[in-house]
Amino acid sequence: MTTATIEEGATGTARREPDDALAADVVRVLAPDGTLVDNDAGVGDDEAVALYRAMVRTRLIDERAVMLQRQGRIGFHIGSLGEEATVIGTVHAMRESDWMFPCYREFGGALYRGMPLQRYFDNLYGNANDPAKGRQMPDHWTYRQAKVGSVSSPIGTQITQGVGFAWAARMRKDPLVAMVYFGDGATSSNEFHNGLNFAGVFKTPNVFVCRNNGWAISVPTERQTASATFAVKGIAYGIPGVRCDGNDIFAVVKTAREAVLRASRGEGPTLIEALTYRMSGHSTSDDASRYRPEEQMSAWTTLDPIHRLRRYLEARVGWTEGQQAAFEAEVAGELKLVIETAEKVTLPALETMFDDVYATLPWHLQEQRAELLAGPRAKGH
Amino acid sequence: MTQMNMVQAINDALRFEMQRDDRIVVLGEDVGKVGGVFRVTAGLYDEFGDDRVIDTPLSEGGIIGAAIGMALYGLKPVPEIQFSDFIFPAYDQIVSELAKFRYRSGGEFPCPMVIRTPVGGGIRGGHYHSQSPEAQFIHVAGLKVVCPATPADAKGLLLSALRDPDPVMFFEPKRIYRAAKGEVPEGDYTVPIGKANVARQGEHVTLVTWGAMLYESLDAANKVQAEGVNVEIIDLRTLWPLDIDTVVASVKKTGRVVVVHEAPKTCGLGGEIVALINEKAFLYLEAPPKRVCGFDTPFPYTLENEYLPLSHRIVPALLETARY
Repeated sequence: MTTATIEEGATGTARREPDDALAADVVRVLAPDGTLVDNDAGVGDDEAVALYRAMVRTRLIDERAVMLQRQGRIGFHIGSLGEEATVIGTVHAMRESDWMFPCYREFGGALYRGMPLQRYFDNLYGNANDPAKGRQMPDHWTYRQAKVGSVSSPIGTQITQGVGFAWAARMRKDPLVAMVYFGDGATSSNEFHNGLNFAGVFKTPNVFVCRNNGWAISVPTERQTASATFAVKGIAYGIPGVRCDGNDIFAVVKTAREAVLRASRGEGPTLIEALTYRMSGHSTSDDASRYRPEEQMSAWTTLDPIHRLRRYLEARVGWTEGQQAAFEAEVAGELKLVIETAEKVTLPALETMFDDVYATLPWHLQEQRAELLAGPRAKGH
Repeated sequence: MTQMNMVQAINDALRFEMQRDDRIVVLGEDVGKVGGVFRVTAGLYDEFGDDRVIDTPLSEGGIIGAAIGMALYGLKPVPEIQFSDFIFPAYDQIVSELAKFRYRSGGEFPCPMVIRTPVGGGIRGGHYHSQSPEAQFIHVAGLKVVCPATPADAKGLLLSALRDPDPVMFFEPKRIYRAAKGEVPEGDYTVPIGKANVARQGEHVTLVTWGAMLYESLDAANKVQAEGVNVEIIDLRTLWPLDIDTVVASVKKTGRVVVVHEAPKTCGLGGEIVALINEKAFLYLEAPPKRVCGFDTPFPYTLENEYLPLSHRIVPALLETARY
């Protein structure tokens, strides 16, 4: 009788310290000092500048949204501070035909895929122009045209949905790949197991992007799993798992491109663990200083994905302080305009509360709508 | 017209619509090669292949989650949950996702599908093969809930559900899967969602029920007829949105109402029906509305025929209501 052996490294703790992001098995192209590890970025100079601009824009939007929440102008914000390379890099690796099944931190990706900034801010304000018609919290956006799924709050539910979507596409001989996003906390959810299990069994064209950002609200990664890494979990589902430096945009693009290619060739799904760090609270409702060691935060600051790429561009294409300032001013102007517009748009009309529950309004909702429209708030809300 | 039982009628509807609409995909545990533990999907695997009749891993959450993704893509998935008692691992996907998709996406992502699942007691299945959880889905905005009582309605409602733009919970009363037999129209045949059937005309008491309890109610009505009580029976067929007009019209005629359902009494659909009657026909009532339901206990094994609202429990309720 043979004794089962545990693959070396399969147990331990999925640490969140910066040195783990620098471990040998982690795909890295751009070193933290902005130099290339192997002389090949895999990404052209213009492309690198475009990625940089998208990352900076994402961060500036994030910072502005937090400010708007602090000023009481929007109710809530949940962002991707520090995770911009993971979000933008994976989306960049998708082809036009591919679909994105987001968690709730990927607004930057949705914008990169074509959701207009105005629509995003309409969602933050929950106004009448919000594609979700003001029915969901801020950052729970929808914009089908950009081939992006609709955001919900429950953890992991999008994983099985993304699997079903990709599976259906393959049945219809539609060569798309569905990229599914979630955090490290979601690997503890039912749907992570269900989704990866189904994906493995049916070999669906999916890419699973686990943003290992160190935290699920206040719970650190070592409380999510006893596995050495999150990537290793793929083994049990018959899915290759790969770790990449999630703060290295080139590594993210390279890893995600390989995974998209694999899926599109019919070779099945890939689990990507992108090692990054949530450089903010969970959301504007959270205060990370109550649980996050200060030294951990400062250590990760040295690995900031935007600073790293900027150093590369400064050396490579001579990106200047002036260009930086001009771009930041451009985004600030863009933000000023969309915020002013979003604040001028009216709230959704009362009767819209009842639309879209069903395709047509059943009798009980007709009655309830009539009750609301005859009520004291009908003249203004 | 062909004589069929419930299983055959549902199978006929699935086959008919799968031939007509190649977007329909059946998936679930044991639905493929073996044709389902109740044989409802028998033969479909051989006819349509394993891309359209899919044996899945044993995971209700996975089945419904994947089916949602298929529906978002544009397919028409028909997931089967082997017993409705086992649907709860998928409850999050149904409640948080499926039911809300159209609404939360401002209409961008409709998510039509039909979740088929056997429901109810009477097969000596104990806690976990007997329950009637319909109210737990009616309480969720965005779902339609159907429960046929005859083979013809099973076919007609299933074809309507498969063409409905919204998600439909399709509860199949397993107690009468084979016991209920009847004439079923061949080919295309639909019964509209939202329309009840007056299964028995009467003047003295309105009895509202659905599913397997229709037959117990008919039996009880025949028994009280001998005592001069003439019962009108409404088989709801669609539990939500229910056919309020038919219910209210009947209660206005009789002034008396008894609701019969297998699910536990408290917060069951019967309570909602009584509340609606109070709101819409209060001044017509001649007696307090009455409910004959499953008790508020877990579903018992040995004593299942004492738990269920069978004819012997319906008869006294009808007499009491008629003579109040």
